[in-house]
Amino acid sequence: MPHSTFFKFIAPSLFVMLLFIALPILSVAYQSLFIEHEQILVEVENCGPFGCETELRIDTEAMDRANEESPMGRFNWLGTYANTSHLAFAEVGAIWRDSDGLIPALRAMLNLPFYKALIFTIAYTFIVTPLGMVLGFFVALGVNSIPRLLKGPVIFFSLLPMIVTPLVGSLVLFWMIDSSGVIGANLQLLLNDPQLSLKASPTLTWVTLFLYGVWHAAPFSFVVFYAGLQTVPDDTLESAMIDGASRWERVRFVVIPHLMPLATFIALVQLMDNFRVFEPIIGFSAAANATSLSYLIYNDLRGSETPLFGSAAATSMLTIIGVVILLMPVLIRTWRDFNRKV
Amino acid sequence: MSSKARSRSTTLVVFSTAFIVVWLIVAAFPFLWTVWGSFKVEADFFSRTDWMNAVTGPVTQARTGSAFTGAGYHGAWVEQEFWRAAINTLIVTVFVTLISLTFGTLGGYALARSGYRYTFWILMAALVFRAMPHVTLVSGYLLPFFQLNIWGILPTTIIVIVAINQPFTLWMLHSFFLSIPKDLDESAMVDGCSRFQAFRMVVIPVMWPGVITTGLFSFLLAYNDFTVTAMLLSQENQTMVPKIASFLGSTQAEGKVMYAVAAVVSAIAPLFLLVLFFQKQIVSGLTAGAVKG
Repeated sequence: MPHSTFFKFIAPSLFVMLLFIALPILSVAYQSLFIEHEQILVEVENCGPFGCETELRIDTEAMDRANEESPMGRFNWLGTYANTSHLAFAEVGAIWRDSDGLIPALRAMLNLPFYKALIFTIAYTFIVTPLGMVLGFFVALGVNSIPRLLKGPVIFFSLLPMIVTPLVGSLVLFWMIDSSGVIGANLQLLLNDPQLSLKASPTLTWVTLFLYGVWHAAPFSFVVFYAGLQTVPDDTLESAMIDGASRWERVRFVVIPHLMPLATFIALVQLMDNFRVFEPIIGFSAAANATSLSYLIYNDLRGSETPLFGSAAATSMLTIIGVVILLMPVLIRTWRDFNRKV
Repeated sequence: MSSKARSRSTTLVVFSTAFIVVWLIVAAFPFLWTVWGSFKVEADFFSRTDWMNAVTGPVTQARTGSAFTGAGYHGAWVEQEFWRAAINTLIVTVFVTLISLTFGTLGGYALARSGYRYTFWILMAALVFRAMPHVTLVSGYLLPFFQLNIWGILPTTIIVIVAINQPFTLWMLHSFFLSIPKDLDESAMVDGCSRFQAFRMVVIPVMWPGVITTGLFSFLLAYNDFTVTAMLLSQENQTMVPKIASFLGSTQAEGKVMYAVAAVVSAIAPLFLLVLFFQKQIVSGLTAGAVKG
């Protein structure tokens, strides 16, 4: 296909991607170097029946003028990256100097908002992804062995946790484990602990979010593995059996190697999706005990009265760096494969 | 099943059946429970005394004279104007799906037919774009949109979701067009068609299965989106998902949590139907990416 025809065909698609994905990344990088205007205060004299007093007020007129002149705010270079709510170099330095041992130091790091979110996001990504894949694999093995007639309905119900909107799915679970919901109330009875609740401890909140993540992620692995199981060659299975392989050995040495390329694909997709974990934190109202990088950005933009563009942009840039690190192995491998082919 | 290698011992059959039953309960019970409970009053659905109340509904019976009540739905749809959000969702999903597919089929077709090196780079860039958390992109739009005064309206949101959708759509349709033989459109070009005529007259008639599958996923992405719609739409233009999120703050405090439950069930219902009718396409779409990508 000549270049000009190719370009005509791909132009609309390329245009929206450049305008709404590539450009915003640049815009975020630029915004992260700026910080909101300082509040301009004026002294106002208030005279009442009991004499006069002066008080400090925000000069809204001057603020509006400043925002008009430079809507981005003041130039701050990399200052936002270094401050307490981001990389917090000063605080981290102090923690490493003062605390003895790795565990207390990590515990102290959890009080810094950025590191708290980073640690949760990484934990969520690397716990939920493998667990979801393992659960999906076993469900696929199980569904593969049930009578054909039942497969349709079983697949229908298995798809639901993945298809349903993440926010809605997490709300449905949240209402059930709520202290007056069906699971929460019965757990309280069962463990004889009327104070037991999801919000009681960070550990419980984390575990709940992980369980939600596995529940939401497993169907995808299930469907892909299930399709893969249909293509496992019967001959190989039979010859393995003749060689004396037990059922588990057949799964271990025939089925799993056959599904390995699919597993890499699932892992890639799931890592990308789990790294942006966000909706369940809103759905479970878990922000007090668990925040993710995406949540921090959302909170900067919608949580406060005026959106903190600079702060949100700095967190965004750090998140993008995280995504690139996460994708690095895949990109390098694809690049090598591609060069070999050419 | 006839093959001997696939026959199983009784213990294994029992064990795997039990496992599947447990999985089905875990996967489906929360939804069935919430759908059932949405027709009760709050004191029953969130009963502190006995969970069986949510099934039988004694308080609902006492207050309304019947074991089922549509009060939650009335409150959500009429009082809180959830219908407005439903209409907005309809507009957003329809336009996102149509525009995504138009752009995606053209782009995917070009990527599948061009043998040049830059197609690889475009696909790789699309993969990186696909991995970007949506909220990081939104934080890049927000300030420019405020300044251009296009924040809060549906068209802005639609085009943003289309763009975010595009990497996925491109990958999926690219691998689909690879499976359509090249000879088909090339022979049309030998007969004197231009590239575009060949696309229109030869490729379009055979592309519908792939396009419908991709369209389902575009629809799902637009329907399920919370990040973009919550940040880019003003109060009166909200779609269903951000509307439900805003219910949480306002109605939970007033003891109207059943409004939120009813809204949640209303948002799940279309998805139920979608999976019911398009299960085969969804399954094949999920696997297509894995097998070919």
